Amino acid sequence: MEFDPLLLSRIQFAFVVSFHAIFPVFTIGLATYIALLEAIAYRTGDDHWARLSQFWIKVFAVVFGMGVVSGLVMAFQFGTNWSEFSYRTANFLGPVLAYEVVTAFFLEAAFLGVLLFGRKKVPPGVHLFAAVMVALGTFISSFWILSANSWMQTPAGFEFRDGIVHVTSWLEAIFNPSFGYRFVHMAIASLLTGGFVVAGISAWYLLRGHAVTASKRALKMTLVMLAIAAPAQLVIGDFHGLNTLEHQPAKVAAMEGAWETQEGLPLLLFAIPDAANETNRFEIGIPKLASLILTHEWDGEVQGLKEWSAEERPPVGIVFWTFRIMVAIGLLMIVAALWGAWLLYRRRLLDSRGYLRLLTWMIPLPFVAVLAGWFVTEVGRQPYVLYGVITVQDGLTPALTGGMALFTLIGYILVYAVVFTAGIYYLTRIVRKGMPETDEEQQDPQGHPKRPLSAADTPLDSSAGL
Amino acid sequence: MFDFTYLWVLIIGFGVLMYVLTDGFDLGVGILFPFARSEQDRDILMNSVAPVWDGNETWLVLGGAGLLAAFPLVYTVFLPALYIGVFLMLAGLIFRGVAFEFRFKSAPGRRAFWNWAFFGGSLVATFAQGAVVGTFIQGFETENFRYVGGPLDWLTPFTVMTGLGMVVGYGLLGATWLLLKTDGETQQWARRWAYRLLAAMMVFFVIVSLWTPLADEYVRGRWFHNLTWLWLLPLATVLVAAGLWRSLSCCYEATPFIATIGLFALFYAGLLFSKWPYVVPPNYTFHDAASAPESQLFLLIGLLFVIPFVLMYSAWTYYVFRGKVRADAGYH
Repeated sequence: MEFDPLLLSRIQFAFVVSFHAIFPVFTIGLATYIALLEAIAYRTGDDHWARLSQFWIKVFAVVFGMGVVSGLVMAFQFGTNWSEFSYRTANFLGPVLAYEVVTAFFLEAAFLGVLLFGRKKVPPGVHLFAAVMVALGTFISSFWILSANSWMQTPAGFEFRDGIVHVTSWLEAIFNPSFGYRFVHMAIASLLTGGFVVAGISAWYLLRGHAVTASKRALKMTLVMLAIAAPAQLVIGDFHGLNTLEHQPAKVAAMEGAWETQEGLPLLLFAIPDAANETNRFEIGIPKLASLILTHEWDGEVQGLKEWSAEERPPVGIVFWTFRIMVAIGLLMIVAALWGAWLLYRRRLLDSRGYLRLLTWMIPLPFVAVLAGWFVTEVGRQPYVLYGVITVQDGLTPALTGGMALFTLIGYILVYAVVFTAGIYYLTRIVRKGMPETDEEQQDPQGHPKRPLSAADTPLDSSAGL
Repeated sequence: MFDFTYLWVLIIGFGVLMYVLTDGFDLGVGILFPFARSEQDRDILMNSVAPVWDGNETWLVLGGAGLLAAFPLVYTVFLPALYIGVFLMLAGLIFRGVAFEFRFKSAPGRRAFWNWAFFGGSLVATFAQGAVVGTFIQGFETENFRYVGGPLDWLTPFTVMTGLGMVVGYGLLGATWLLLKTDGETQQWARRWAYRLLAAMMVFFVIVSLWTPLADEYVRGRWFHNLTWLWLLPLATVLVAAGLWRSLSCCYEATPFIATIGLFALFYAGLLFSKWPYVVPPNYTFHDAASAPESQLFLLIGLLFVIPFVLMYSAWTYYVFRGKVRADAGYH
């Protein structure tokens, strides 16, 4: 039986990168929150803040550890499955990805150990500084990754010599046209992810009457942040969309499910795109609204998919639907955040058990939204791996066979299944164990720099703890 | 513009050696794991490397990213050619990395699974790395800067042997590391294993030394025609191995580990000089594989700043966790 190495490689990359993406998006937001908690604890000297921070540091440590493990695989995927792409773009992507490793290492080596294990070993000011540096480090790390990704979407600052990329301007290449929008969009997505997880778990603790003082504080401060960040994300997303319309119009056409170029494009709420017949079935839409959003004019013209040949179009259905999932969750987040802020303002937050329950249920949603967003942008730039220049077909490892790709795809799924079942199970145990109510319960594990998981002292098996 | 390629050969060469030496001994400890005398000894074994192993693996990630940046051809030929091997190595490293964490957090009755994950992961990753060395000697089928061979071309009797040789070699590094880090009965146990593994390693050394020049014309030319001073390397190897053997018999603790590091450094030098200047044998040299000078320079600025820092930090970690490891102390 013949397997298609291209399709299997794409599935494999999507699987590995999707799995990886959910960890950093969470750690970036959480690191920022921990830095904030440490700052407040430092200013007020109130133990509740320090305990709250210590609890989230444990969660951070485990998630960070899983992010590192899944990231190790990413560093080799470019070479194993996409060697042709790697070879041709190495002059830019090589240094950029290496800088990500270097900066991530820098952060990890210097400050993570102090943050995880140093609370009682270094002065409080130094511990706070470490927390801020870890948060900064996660942003610097995502800076390089998003620069690399954005360059693949909107390449700039290079020329081809003998089919090989040569950088002509590092500034133009790193700060390529879509980089700023993408970076801010991801940064806010990270804050939303961290915020909704903290809010959801705090709400769950409140419902169960666990660590009430700390959970109340955590919930209030995250709701204030979310009430600002969630609407802001809508605005940033809109700007990002305009940028995409300028540089990748075919992606926008797929997001809107627009086949014909038209003025006054409707905003489709529901449709089943039918690529074979170049049309949509069961369309329900709001007239002209898409044109208004995209061009800021009721009758603005938006290009349809038929402007491109069938081979140059992204798979419409996936882009169309993942985009709607992302936006729907985004809107739900805005409603939830504003509702929470209003309850907070009316001082009714803690009595609204229904609302607290809603927050608990919402914990997985930001992750779904982030993945859906990545699917929109990555599937939407098909068939290119370097937009408009190198197709995924041309980027594939020439010697790769379908059998090899299938073997490693199954292999990675098995490895990740074992490793992350253990990891996520362990994470839920930490959360279930909850926060220490007094200082005595809090143990400071012996110093083990750079060993993320050892910051969490909860036993793995139920028989060994609780 | 100044030719940065030689500087990058030094940087990557140094990084690879650092990786082999440091992750080598902690992988070796994993390989010796099932042969430990008791579950308590296994605690000691794991504790001896727990604080440093992931710092050791950082060299691998730095090496991978550095290769793509400085010698993209090496990256884009080696990885597809060793596709299955790379997967096995990564899977092995992931399993053992996770085993480190979860073994100590599991109830005693459930440690067996993580024990096997730790051993199996270490073994598979080590074998795969040895096979990489063998494949490098063997050479790659390339056309127009692309790998064009089959998926299992790397798997030959020769690479199986280098893979097994690496298992023995890392095992020896692990055993001599444990001589340094343990005492009493555990140390005696490590000493016995060091003897066996050193003997086995010298057997592999002789086989590889004979097989390589017979199988590879270029290497044969190197050794028998134009670079006769190379013979100093095997001579030194035999002397160091003899010294190592002697140091095992008595009360030395640090000397065997240092001597093993010396052996690895000599093998490494021999390997590089046998193939120099080829980095993707038999067709491409370091210069053919190099990235554009401006790309090499751009990353060099960052690396020259970070590498001293990495070294200082690693040294500090080893300093903090110096001394003997005991069953009750440390890691829980």
